[in-house]
Order: sequence, then C-alpha cells, then structure tokens
Amino acid sequence: MDLRAKCAIAGLGQTRMGKNFDHPNAMGFAAEAIKLALDDAGLKREDLDGLLVNPGITWAENTMASFSLQQAMGLRDLRLSATMGLGGATAGAMIMHAAQSIACGMANTVACVFADAPLKPPPPKDAKGKNGAGGSAAAYGFARGLNAAYGQFGVNAHYAFVARRHMDLYGTSQDHLGAIAVEQRKWATMNPEAQFHDAPMTMGDYHSSRWIVEPFHLYDCCLVSNGGCAVIVTSAERAMNLKKPPVYLLGMGQGHPGGDPMDTLLSGAPIAKETAFKMAGITLPDVQFTQLYDCYTFTVLVTLEDYGFCKKGEGGPFIADGKTGPGGSIPVNTGGGQLSSFYMWGMTPISEAVIQIRGEGGKRQVPKHEVGLVSGNGGILSTHSTLVVASHP
Amino acid sequence: MPEVSKSPSIAKPIPSITPDMVTFFEGAKRGQLMVQKCANCGELRFPPHEICTNCLGTQAGWVPVSGRGEVYSFNIMHQVYHPGFATEVPYAVVVVKLDEGVKFVSNLVGVKPDAIRVGMPVEVTFEKMSDDVWLPKFRPRARS
Repeated sequence: MDLRAKCAIAGLGQTRMGKNFDHPNAMGFAAEAIKLALDDAGLKREDLDGLLVNPGITWAENTMASFSLQQAMGLRDLRLSATMGLGGATAGAMIMHAAQSIACGMANTVACVFADAPLKPPPPKDAKGKNGAGGSAAAYGFARGLNAAYGQFGVNAHYAFVARRHMDLYGTSQDHLGAIAVEQRKWATMNPEAQFHDAPMTMGDYHSSRWIVEPFHLYDCCLVSNGGCAVIVTSAERAMNLKKPPVYLLGMGQGHPGGDPMDTLLSGAPIAKETAFKMAGITLPDVQFTQLYDCYTFTVLVTLEDYGFCKKGEGGPFIADGKTGPGGSIPVNTGGGQLSSFYMWGMTPISEAVIQIRGEGGKRQVPKHEVGLVSGNGGILSTHSTLVVASHP
Repeated sequence: MPEVSKSPSIAKPIPSITPDMVTFFEGAKRGQLMVQKCANCGELRFPPHEICTNCLGTQAGWVPVSGRGEVYSFNIMHQVYHPGFATEVPYAVVVVKLDEGVKFVSNLVGVKPDAIRVGMPVEVTFEKMSDDVWLPKFRPRARS
C-alpha cells in the first residue's frame, strides 16, 4: 500500500504553554488541546473515531492513558486507541499509526495528543514569608543504583557524554552549540506563542548563562512546559473539505539504531529518512524548511548531519554560518523550538510544521513552505521519526 | 587493602546490593573490579543483564578485569540533585572504557574537573561507603 499523501493533518490545537496552571494535571491539558484541534479543523467530538496518546512524564505510568482520556472526554465508539511511548519520536509515530489505520479503512478521523504538567504552582509562602522550593529539575533528575552513587542524574547528564565525544572527535566547540541556541532564539522573538518571545539572546548571553552540566549551558537545554498539543489526522479527501488547508503527509519513516550513541554519534535519522523520502519521492534539495527535535542544541547539530544537510562532524560550522536562522538557506525550528518556544516533545516540531505549511507563521513565516521535514527523537538518540509534510499532494 | 577516601559530611546515596550485584560488591570489597561474562559466547558486559546482547545467552558469571582504561567521555555536573553532592558541585562524572572494552560510569579522584580529558589513562581505586559497599572510582595513571 502506498501511503504517500493518502492522509493529512486537518487540525492543530495548542494550549497556553509554560508556567501554566490552567489544569491540575496533564489529562486536562490533553482534553483542551484536542478540543482546540477539533475547532481548528471545523470538526466535532463525535467525528473522532481514533485517539492516540503520548503521555508526558507525569502520567507515563498510565499504560492505558488513551482509554482514561477517552472516558474523561466522553468519547464513544472509537475504532482506534493506543498509548504510545517512544519518547520524543512518539508524536511522529502516532501520526504514522493514524495514517496507516485511516488508509486501510480501520479509522477515519484520529486525534493524536501529547500533554504534560511537570511544573507545579509555587507553594504558598511559609510562616516566615519565604517562598517554598519549586522548579522542575527533580522531575527529570531520576537516577538509581550506581548512577546515583556517582552523581549521574537525569537525561542532561547522559546527553552530555555523547556531546563531549562529538566535541572531542570533530572539534565541535561551545560556540557551535551556542550558535544553535542563538539562531533558534531569533526565530522565537518572532513567535508570539514562544516562552522566550520577549528575550532576545546574544552569544555573550549564551556563554554567561549558568552551566547545567558541561558542555551544556542553561540555553543548550530545552524548556520544561506545562501544556498540551494535538493534531487531527484524517484522509486527504476528507481534509480537503474541512476548515483549514490540508497538511499532506507525503512521507513517513522511523529509525531506531540501538547500541551506544557514544560510539556512533548517530541518531536514527538516516534509517527513518530513507523510508520517508522514498515514500515522499523527494530528495534533500526538495526540503524547504525543517523542524528538528531539539531536546538539546547538540541534538539539532547531530540531526542536521544525519539528514545529510552537511557531512558528519561538520554540523557546528554549518550552523555557525547562519544557514539555519531567519534568512538562512535551510530554516530550522522556525518557532524557536523546544529550546526557546515550548517543550511538547515531538509535538513541538510537528505543530510548527503545520503552521508553516499553512502559511500561518506571521512574522516568522518562511517564504518557501511547500515541503517541510519534521523529526522526532527519543531517549539518548535512541528512537527517531521522520515526517515529510507538504501543502500539495 | 583498597584506598579509603575522605567521606563527605552529608551521605551520598549508597547503592543497595541487589541480587544481581552481590558478586560485584564482594569483588569491590576485595579491591577487585568485576564485570559479567557470558557463559556462552564470552562477551563481557556491565551493568549486569539477564540476556547477552551478543548471543542472547542467559547464563553468565563474573570475572575480574584489570581496572585499567581510558576516559571515554565525561560531563561536569553543576546542579545538585541530591544533598550528598551539595558540597561537591561542580563535579565530574566520567565514562571509563576499560582495556577489556567494557564501559563504566564513575568518578575520577585526584583530578580537578577542568583537567579531565578524553583519552586520559586511568586505573580503578575503591571508596568505602559502608562496610559492604565499596565504590569503584578511577584515578590517573601513567600511560603504559
């Protein structure tokens, strides 16, 4: 079965992002995001017959999150339901699962949603008027056994090992990592929804931001956000008759390399790209903009290399040359990405791709927006999803 | 006897001796770094797994290794995730690639974080955390 342009994204829903306590838990953000996505598509709740959920860390232990959400939203008679977990590659994988199901007649209209609420409202002031401890570090700082004994806490610390290998082997510099942060911040200042919309950043600001875990400064690391983001996937035929222009799914693929990324310095992009580009019938020069998964600056650098925008090891100089920023030859993360806009895992790059393909990008709209490349990445370069999206079939 | 380092004022988390790690910690207490060895194909591995990733064998034993290797990668932690590390930040966590090929996450002793380099030759030393838990750490050695 050829899936090229058989299905499309017909609706996008994004809640307020960041330090947002509109709902007490992630489920509330998920429901709001789906409602917004249905409104965006001009659809009703009754039109949904599929629900795919990527729970964030705060409800990751709910292995039947899609059923819980179905009940919470009063959805009836679904034909497709799943709770999926590939980390940051899940959003892309949910869209693939939806498209496969729709193309073979197992479902018609599927909501795919990510939501999380790791940030807690600041606790009330104590008797002495001091603010209680807050912050999100604890949520992502899990470790046990030997790792905890050595002080190796959290995902940051593991990615730092891989980044250090890349720096040692290829001469990737702190300035190279900083260039990614600076270029994405330029995009964010043109995106009114971005958490860092009002905070332009220079290379000096980058270098003076505090260290989290070397070689990562604060601005090498993604934000932590409360919120929800959903898309509605349906058949291309149906999407043509809905409220918004269809965002066609031209190509889709996954790549999960296994092994130790410290040895390979590779993501799953080369594998996923092969499948997705073949399906889409495109080559790299056809790609006009990209939204690349950016849990860290370093992830963007590796992903650019792995899709072949530059040679392995040359990601740093490629980005430092300004190619990925506003006015550059290959715009990357045009909403500011997870470093500067908001952190909705794989839904962040997908949502921005939808906005760009539709031409709804406002000040940040890229001039050429017929074909876009979207990546998702989970674990420590462990899982990968590729979507090729387009304004025309 | 293994070398004993100064203990910090607030205790760091002490790993529990889970059933799969009994032999490892017995070795550490003796001053021997142990890794798992697949009984079928001989592949060395750490941390212990039930299944050999090379041959899928499920039988394995433990063997001592040289404790010598090189720094394969490292980071420098600046955030405090546990109060036991509050007086140590910034501290480095290293990945040591042992001469036998197995990677081991640990700390370096006797080196400031800024002086750590990929490729630095190191050897194991042991730090006492409790009567039964001695933690393998690494220190620089002359290049052989």
